[in-house]
Amino acid sequence: MSFAMEPYLALLLLGFLPSEIWRWLGVMVGRGLDEDSEIILWVRAVATALVAAVVARIVLIPPGALATVPLEVRLAALGIGFLAFLLVRRSAFVGVLVGEAVLVGGVLAFGG
Amino acid sequence: MSPPTGTSTTSVTQGFLLGCRTAATSVFAFVITVTYIGFGALCHDYGLSIGWAMLSTAVQWAGPAQVILVTGLGSGIALIEIAVAVGLSSVRLLPIVVALLPLIRGERTKSWQLIVPVHFIAISVWVETMRVGPSLPREHRIAFSNGVGVTLLTMGVVATGVGYHLQAALPVLFGAAAMFITPISFLVSVARGARLLMEKVALTLGLVIGPALALNKVEFDLLWTGVIAGTLGYGVHRLQRMRSAAS
Repeated sequence: MSFAMEPYLALLLLGFLPSEIWRWLGVMVGRGLDEDSEIILWVRAVATALVAAVVARIVLIPPGALATVPLEVRLAALGIGFLAFLLVRRSAFVGVLVGEAVLVGGVLAFGG
Repeated sequence: MSPPTGTSTTSVTQGFLLGCRTAATSVFAFVITVTYIGFGALCHDYGLSIGWAMLSTAVQWAGPAQVILVTGLGSGIALIEIAVAVGLSSVRLLPIVVALLPLIRGERTKSWQLIVPVHFIAISVWVETMRVGPSLPREHRIAFSNGVGVTLLTMGVVATGVGYHLQAALPVLFGAAAMFITPISFLVSVARGARLLMEKVALTLGLVIGPALALNKVEFDLLWTGVIAGTLGYGVHRLQRMRSAAS
C-alpha cells in the first residue's frame, strides 16, 4: 500500500464506517415498525434529545476555531438566536442569522 | 421557507424534484454551504488533499464527525480512539433513520432498497422530510427524501472544494462562525419541527442533561442524554394521554 492511499484508508475505516453503521443499523432496527407505534414515538423523543445534546456539546466543548470564541459569547449567540427564532415567525433563517451575527459581533466587540 | 402548501406530486420524478426545490430554498442550503466552506478550509489547514476533503463530505455526510476525523488525524491520537469518537458523535443518525423510515417506506419496500437512500439522511434531510413528507403520497416520499439529500450533499461537496480554495482568503473568524452554524441550525430547525409536548420536553431536557453529563466527563454522554431525556419526554406524553383519557 502506497503512502498516498493512507488518508483514504483512514477516511474509509475511521470516517465512513463509524458514521454509516448507524444508518444501516437504523434500517435494521426500524424494519416493520409502524409509523404511529409507541416505540416510534419514543425513538422520535430520543432523536430530539440527542440532537439537543449535540448542540450543547458543540457550544460548551467546541472544536477547533470555535474554541477561540469566549464561552459567554457562544452561549449568548445560541440563546439570542433561539429567542429571535421564537419571536420572528418561528423562522429558522432568522434564528441562524441572528445567532451568527451575535457570535461575530461578540468576538469583534469583546475579542476572541 | 414556508412549507410548499398546495404542492402535491403526481409522479416519483416530481417527488424528487420537489425534494430538490425544498432543499434549495430551505435554511439548510445556507447552513450546508457555510459549514462545508469551513470544513474545506479546515482540511487545507491540516494538509489534506482537496479530493480527500470532498470525498469526506460525500461518504461521511455528518459535519461534526468529519471535523473530529480531521482534527483527530492531525493530533496523532490512537486511530481506534478516532473511530470511537467519530462513531459516538454520529449516534444521532440511528434514531433519526428509525423515526424517518416508517414515514417514507412503502408497504413493499425491501430493506436493501433503503441502503442508498439512508446514506443521504442527516439532520437536515430528517427535518425537511418530516415537515413536508406527510402531505405527499406515500409512494413519492422516498424520492422526495432523496431529492433533498442529493441536493444538499451535492452543495456540501461543492462548498468543500470552494472552501479549500478560499482558505487563505477567509478571515479567521469565518472558521468559528462555520462551526457555530451547526448547533444554532440544529437547535432552531428541530425546535421548529417539535410539535408535540413530548418533543419540546425532550429538547429542553437534552439541553440541560447533555451539558451536565458532558462537563462531568460521563462516558457516552450523547447516548445517555438521548435515552434519558428522550424517555422522560416520552413519559410526559404517556402521562398527558392518561390524564386526557381519565377526564
